Amino acid sequence: MDKTILPYLISGVSVGGQYALIAIGYTMVYGILRLINFAHGDVFMVAGLMMVYAAAAMPLSLAIPLVIILTVLLGFTIERVAYRPLRTAPRMSVMISAIGVSYLLQNLALYITGGLNKNYPQIPWISDRVTVLGMETSRVTIITPFLTVFLVVLLVLLINHTKIGMAMRAVSLNFETSQLMGIRINSVISATFIIGTFLAAVGSMLFFTNYPGVVPTSGAMPGLKAFVAAVFGGIGSIPGAVIGAFIIGIAESLIKGLDTILIVNGTITEQIGLATFSDAFTFVLLIIILVFKPTGLFGEKTTDKV
Amino acid sequence: MKKILAVALVLCLVLAVAPMAFADNPVVKIGVFEPQSGDNGAGGKQEILGMQYANQLTPTVDIDGTTYDVELVYADNASANDKAPTAAQSLISSGVSLVLGSYGSGVSIAAGDTFAAAEVPAIGVTCTNPQVTSECEVYFRICFLDPFQGTVLANFAKSELGATKAYCLAKQGDDYSGGLCNYFIDAFGKDACVYEQFPEGTSDFSTYITNAQNQGCDVFFSPVSTEAAAQIIAKADTQALGMPILAGDTWDSNVILNAAKGKDLKICVTTFYQEGADPDFDKGIKEWIKNDTTALANNGGNDELAAVTVMGFDAYYVALEALKAAGSVDPADVLETLPSLEYTGVTGKIAFDDIGDALRDSAFVKTCNTETGAWDFVTVATVG
Repeated sequence: MDKTILPYLISGVSVGGQYALIAIGYTMVYGILRLINFAHGDVFMVAGLMMVYAAAAMPLSLAIPLVIILTVLLGFTIERVAYRPLRTAPRMSVMISAIGVSYLLQNLALYITGGLNKNYPQIPWISDRVTVLGMETSRVTIITPFLTVFLVVLLVLLINHTKIGMAMRAVSLNFETSQLMGIRINSVISATFIIGTFLAAVGSMLFFTNYPGVVPTSGAMPGLKAFVAAVFGGIGSIPGAVIGAFIIGIAESLIKGLDTILIVNGTITEQIGLATFSDAFTFVLLIIILVFKPTGLFGEKTTDKV
Repeated sequence: MKKILAVALVLCLVLAVAPMAFADNPVVKIGVFEPQSGDNGAGGKQEILGMQYANQLTPTVDIDGTTYDVELVYADNASANDKAPTAAQSLISSGVSLVLGSYGSGVSIAAGDTFAAAEVPAIGVTCTNPQVTSECEVYFRICFLDPFQGTVLANFAKSELGATKAYCLAKQGDDYSGGLCNYFIDAFGKDACVYEQFPEGTSDFSTYITNAQNQGCDVFFSPVSTEAAAQIIAKADTQALGMPILAGDTWDSNVILNAAKGKDLKICVTTFYQEGADPDFDKGIKEWIKNDTTALANNGGNDELAAVTVMGFDAYYVALEALKAAGSVDPADVLETLPSLEYTGVTGKIAFDDIGDALRDSAFVKTCNTETGAWDFVTVATVG
């Protein structure tokens, strides 16, 4: 493998893995509730903040499970308080409620931290420096994609082979009918939020170990990118979200390094400033996919009967 | 019932904002236009600390024979150019005589028109971009400028660090880092520099580190916000950057020290003040920071003194001098006296030129001691 391109690929795969863990939360909630849970990125940020405070008060072996439990609890509570009362309301109301929760979380975090950058604790072993194929990186960069794929396989098994998974599939297929068939909608939805926020909590640990600074807006950009990934892959589809996330992560990383890659292999001699367009690329991709294939790469095709 | 509840709630709100007590002395208001959140929140808070300490030491000022209580009025510009004019307007509406700040040049440039329209003078404390004063009649400043700072840094990179190729990284749309990078590149030589910008909200800096390594640079210049700086330092360490990191006054902050502690990196910055230049002052302000929990938290949890805090301290006294010289609390009178004002503060002599910039010709260069987590003095740099 070319030594110039390799570091970009590795960092891209790692970023993609983190986006994937968040994207699953978006896609699962959408699949079941037809709701874009805008607060998801902020839950991710809150998980990071909780870790900062928890690690200062107790050993990491205790802090990690506690943060995961608290984050899951937060996701569960948000659904309970902000979405469940609106179950029969028009879909737009729930979405606005989600935006409200997002701002609430951001501003709460702003109030608690005072807007200052909080240094994320170093988790030993995974934040160590390692040498892979002759390049220096942190261990977490290497672990992230594998852990992501592992969790996704577990999730797919859960959805395809357990009772709750079957209930989820039924609910996502048709809300009212599954209710008539005796499925407890509320507990299925709660389970969805619990799984989604659990993955966001794990994602936040991988993300912030890699990029150790938590501010109230830390969740906004990763959340947005993960959302684009979910749409790109076909919102509602878990494998789609994961593949979308990896594509976006790798493409972003390569674009940031494209100038250098081209200069090193002699195609161009002067800086042309392509790195600037890495974010633009992500969002242009969103527009293109919405225009040409609104259901995304793996999205289900639905026909609305009038 | 609902109506009573609504009325009660409204009453609560009104009572909360109603003034609690009336002071005996008349009050003169000084606006503090600083970011308290966002990218530059940490720096803004440290700059405010200096003003608060000065305000605590000298809470009153004699203007034309009358003793006034000085009240600091705060407005958070949130480090965002689009929020700056609103924050500036809120200060003007509350009737301030003059304004101090902001940390960060972009917000100062953005708010310049608002101050100019109201003819309220503003004194920039550590905003180093030339446009702050050149584009605005009412803006003055007490710190050095980016063309100077950029040249100092470029000279330092060449002569002291022996660098031949520099990697420059700025934040897209950020007047401070973009401006400083340009002046650095001008002084260092355009062909010997690789210049890149990262978009807002970036947290993955690993690719930029890789770019610098792949292009064979031997100094990494990134005068970006402290929030991004912490990320860059972390990635530079895990990816074994292998070249010194150079930055401007923004990086003279505890955030950098905390992030760099225990890492195998060389970080050099230019700044306004070196701890130890005035031991009595250092002792007094450290004592105050340690004994005030809010101040301690705003200073990043330790009593390491940031240069911006000292600049904030001096700015407060410049403001008092201006009020005294004007003999009035009317912003227009204060504005008239500012050009001829002279004051010698902790950071040196302060006087303004025609544009409103401070006449300063030296900067301190410091390096981060990654073992002790403190700044070590390197040299005093001058140009020309």
